[in-house]
Amino acid sequence: MKYLKKNKSLLIGLIITGIVLALALIGLFWTPYSTTEMSTTYKLSPPSAAHWFGTDNYGRDIFSRIMQGMGTTFIVSITTVVFGMIVGTVIGMVAGYVGGWFDEVIMRINDVLNAFPSVLLALVFVSFMGTGLLNIILALGILFIPSFARIARSEMLRLKSLQFVQSAQLSKAKHARIIFAHILPNALATIFASAAVGFNNAVLAEASLSYLGLGVQPPTASLGRMISEAGSYLVQAPWFAIAPGVAIIILVMGITLISEGLTKIEQ
Amino acid sequence: MLMKYVIKKIITLFLALFLISVIVFFAFSVLPADAAVAKLGTDATPERLEALREAMGLNKSVFERYGIWLVGALQGDFGKSLQYTNKTVTSLISTRLGNSAILSLISFVMVIVFSIPLGIFSAKRRSALGRGAMTTVTQVTMGIPSFFLGVLITYLFAILLHLFSLGNFVSPKKNFWAAVGYLIFPAIAIALPKIAMTVKFLTSSIRNELHKEYVRTAYSKGQTRNGVLYKHVLINAMIPVVTFLGVIVAEIVAGSLIVEQVFSVPGIGTLLITAITNRDYPVVEACVLLIAFFVIIINFAVDMIYKAIDPRVTV
Amino acid sequence: MKKISAFFVLIAIVMTAVLSACGGASKTGGNSVVVGISQDLDSLDPHNSVYAGTREVLFNLYEGLVKPTSSGAIEPAVASDFEVAEDAKSILFTLRDGIKYWDGTAVTVEDVIFSVNRYADIQGSESAFSVLKSVEAQGENQILVTLSEANSEFIYQLTCAIIPASFDAEKEECPQGTGPFKFVSYAAGESLEVEKNENYWKEGFPYLDAVTFKIVTDADTAILQLNSGTLDIYQYLTSDQAAALDSEKFNIQVGNVNYVQGMFLNNAAEPFNDVKVRQAIYYAVDRHQISDMLFDGKSHIIGTHLIPAMSAYYDESLEKAYETNADKAKELLKEAGYENGFEFTITVPNNYAPHEGTAQIIAENLAAVGIKANIELVEFTTWYSDVYVDRKYEATVVAVDGTLAPSSWFSKFVTTAGNNFINYNNAEYDQVYSAALAETDLDAKVGYYKQLQKILSDDAASIFCQDPSNLLAINSKLEGYEFYPVSAQDMSIVKYK
Repeated sequence: MKYLKKNKSLLIGLIITGIVLALALIGLFWTPYSTTEMSTTYKLSPPSAAHWFGTDNYGRDIFSRIMQGMGTTFIVSITTVVFGMIVGTVIGMVAGYVGGWFDEVIMRINDVLNAFPSVLLALVFVSFMGTGLLNIILALGILFIPSFARIARSEMLRLKSLQFVQSAQLSKAKHARIIFAHILPNALATIFASAAVGFNNAVLAEASLSYLGLGVQPPTASLGRMISEAGSYLVQAPWFAIAPGVAIIILVMGITLISEGLTKIEQ
Repeated sequence: MLMKYVIKKIITLFLALFLISVIVFFAFSVLPADAAVAKLGTDATPERLEALREAMGLNKSVFERYGIWLVGALQGDFGKSLQYTNKTVTSLISTRLGNSAILSLISFVMVIVFSIPLGIFSAKRRSALGRGAMTTVTQVTMGIPSFFLGVLITYLFAILLHLFSLGNFVSPKKNFWAAVGYLIFPAIAIALPKIAMTVKFLTSSIRNELHKEYVRTAYSKGQTRNGVLYKHVLINAMIPVVTFLGVIVAEIVAGSLIVEQVFSVPGIGTLLITAITNRDYPVVEACVLLIAFFVIIINFAVDMIYKAIDPRVTV
Repeated sequence: MKKISAFFVLIAIVMTAVLSACGGASKTGGNSVVVGISQDLDSLDPHNSVYAGTREVLFNLYEGLVKPTSSGAIEPAVASDFEVAEDAKSILFTLRDGIKYWDGTAVTVEDVIFSVNRYADIQGSESAFSVLKSVEAQGENQILVTLSEANSEFIYQLTCAIIPASFDAEKEECPQGTGPFKFVSYAAGESLEVEKNENYWKEGFPYLDAVTFKIVTDADTAILQLNSGTLDIYQYLTSDQAAALDSEKFNIQVGNVNYVQGMFLNNAAEPFNDVKVRQAIYYAVDRHQISDMLFDGKSHIIGTHLIPAMSAYYDESLEKAYETNADKAKELLKEAGYENGFEFTITVPNNYAPHEGTAQIIAENLAAVGIKANIELVEFTTWYSDVYVDRKYEATVVAVDGTLAPSSWFSKFVTTAGNNFINYNNAEYDQVYSAALAETDLDAKVGYYKQLQKILSDDAASIFCQDPSNLLAINSKLEGYEFYPVSAQDMSIVKYK
């Protein structure tokens, strides 16, 4: 607790993310208005006491939809990054530890994936496997493997030469144990720091897919989908785009601050 | 040693491009629907589809089609677009490449011009308040997805201030400065988050250097703070930044794909996305290879520069 | 590299030419307009283009033996006269005297024979051209089109473009035509430039000297461009978008898009093979809400598969056949054994936002009667393949179009039709359809088509919702624009006041 007071990034990050998560969790069970019920009378009405962030083109309450959308975006982005992080770290660590041709092959495949425009890859995956929450998470998760693998590998190369690893190797510890018990904990700070950037990219990627109509399916709200729907009403109803946009910024900021705080702890 | 390294890199480059072309080709053969269906739409009768597939060469096996494509591509002939009758892929790309290149270039220049002074400025801040304010600004800016920034910029500059007219893009061949004037706005959308990232990176890089032994030595020799900063620290602090800028360039190119859509810039991004939806695989192949080629070359260049300025690095 | 720089030089030359041309035009008050079009052109070859958006533009460049009018009739064009035989098995055309292409060469009988045969070949033997037996020259300036069976509607097919027999698709970007405007230049994804055809046969037309068709795929972008004066004309606007326009600079003309939009049901899939379920859905759906929400209530609500613009054939009374009634819907569901509702998926192409909106509203409507409708957005290419060709779907929201030939609206519901994507199966319908096609007497024909509309409505073959409104913004200095019941933006009749 005392530590938290000193580490302001972590504290503020936790507070922001806490609020976002609380709103999203409440949104699962209760929202001020129905997220799907439509009304011709309240179409595109500006922010007011009744509708804090106004209503959308179907007369649905934007605040309620943001509550739901935050949840969707949060789940998609977090699971995507966690998936990419776990698989990428394991691949990168093993490649870096083993070295040789295995490392070479893995890293070249990595280069290829890295040089690919990510929107295209996601589009191809989703077109092939079909839309749906799980498929989107899987498609986006695969996109995040290369960058994590690269970071984990370079961390591995850095740590491998250190004394404590070499003494562990001399004491004939099992390779898996050396990788995951000795080296991994020391690499975590760097990996977590890049997870924040990854999270930002995941939010963006989900939104881009929604923008192309292949993300989360309507009438379920996601922040990215809301912005792309609002694009058509920029002139008459700017709040429709701005509200979910600000929600994305807050969401990303919370996570970035937490990761920064975590990096400080490591130091 | 260097020669060997360069040759190795060139071989990897071609290997990577080859793999990418294979992936795109086979991805398009497993996707539902093909270019013939995309083109005919509701006019499609089995007979017309068959005739069009024949004309487009789609009735051959994937391997055969890939072979034909590869032989052509190796000779610099990327074939004809399936969507646009009688247009070669090369002509479609050459009319758009310039627009995308200018857009990326403006974005990159913005990143350099703004982030280096801002980074130095922010590293010099000592007060907690100054640092806090700086961090908050960069933090918020980094969190804005560039497509949302695009929407905001459109709202602010096109709708409220009438500084530009969305979609009224003039080809640089017709009026170069008008084109640049238009592209500045999408460039801001691409560059702003990248500027924030670079500032953050540069700040911490400078601060790291400031704690080093030689800085204290320089101070003890009676050099001024600015003197130390510009003569010694900055040069050393720039080394990791160069690598970082390489990543930024790649991200700018990738980021422009979506931002081009938001601002309706006729560039490689808009071409690629329409080509995907129309299953126009010759165009997709060429666009993807072009982007991949660029990204790989940039990575390579970064490695070389890195090596040149820091001889300790073994490659 | 050399090629590219040569290309730039060429562009520069063209640009100079265009700029100086503009300078010349300014004397007559800049007699040109910029029309925004929402879709890129798929081909400049009029026989190979299939997008409605392309046909709309090429209407200004090419003409057939006959051409459609804004009222939905047919008038002579390349032919000055035509005569349909009494048995509806042949048509005799007389070539217009002195008709020329843009470059001044005369149109010949051989060109006509070549064009009709080429178009028929491209369309294939499963199309309306299956009844075409031969196209022959009769003397120097007459052409006889013979059919293998009686078809009183074949004349509508002969609106296909007449182009020179010497056209080489490999070498030329587009063939010569006889339309009011001639081709100048085209940049894929950007614009098509055309200018006045001085050789046009119709005296006094076109009024304008030049037209630029600028591709603006996004309607919101178009609004900004209209307001800033970059565009003069743009259609397919929603009322929200039209409201954002400067009302002094623009007039809004209201027409219809001439599509039947609705939720099409796979009649072969459970539970839509039960007529009661289909009727229940029809009663549950609030078509007025869809129109109010998406088209500001300006759509024409329909109750069968025909657009109101085909006024001679259209049966208005069917519009009220299924007034929204949730109780009746529940009752029918109970009778069909679906008291507790059911769940199904609506597959929606992602290229047109109102389809997605319609699906969302229908899903809400159906939730009220206990049916759960999931929405799945797919790329439109995937849609064509899975839904339209393979028929692997339960329900879909889409718009279906037709031509001036009334049969075109009904042919796709014949049991054996290749494009019967809803798997409709009704022997009576098939019989009436064949009778309508062979009938030459107009009154009897109208009777048959009304019968077909009634069958589709009674059977609730699908949930036919509306012919959406089409709002067109036009520079208030311009006049004369008219909507066509087919894909056409006729710029030859537009002029400055």
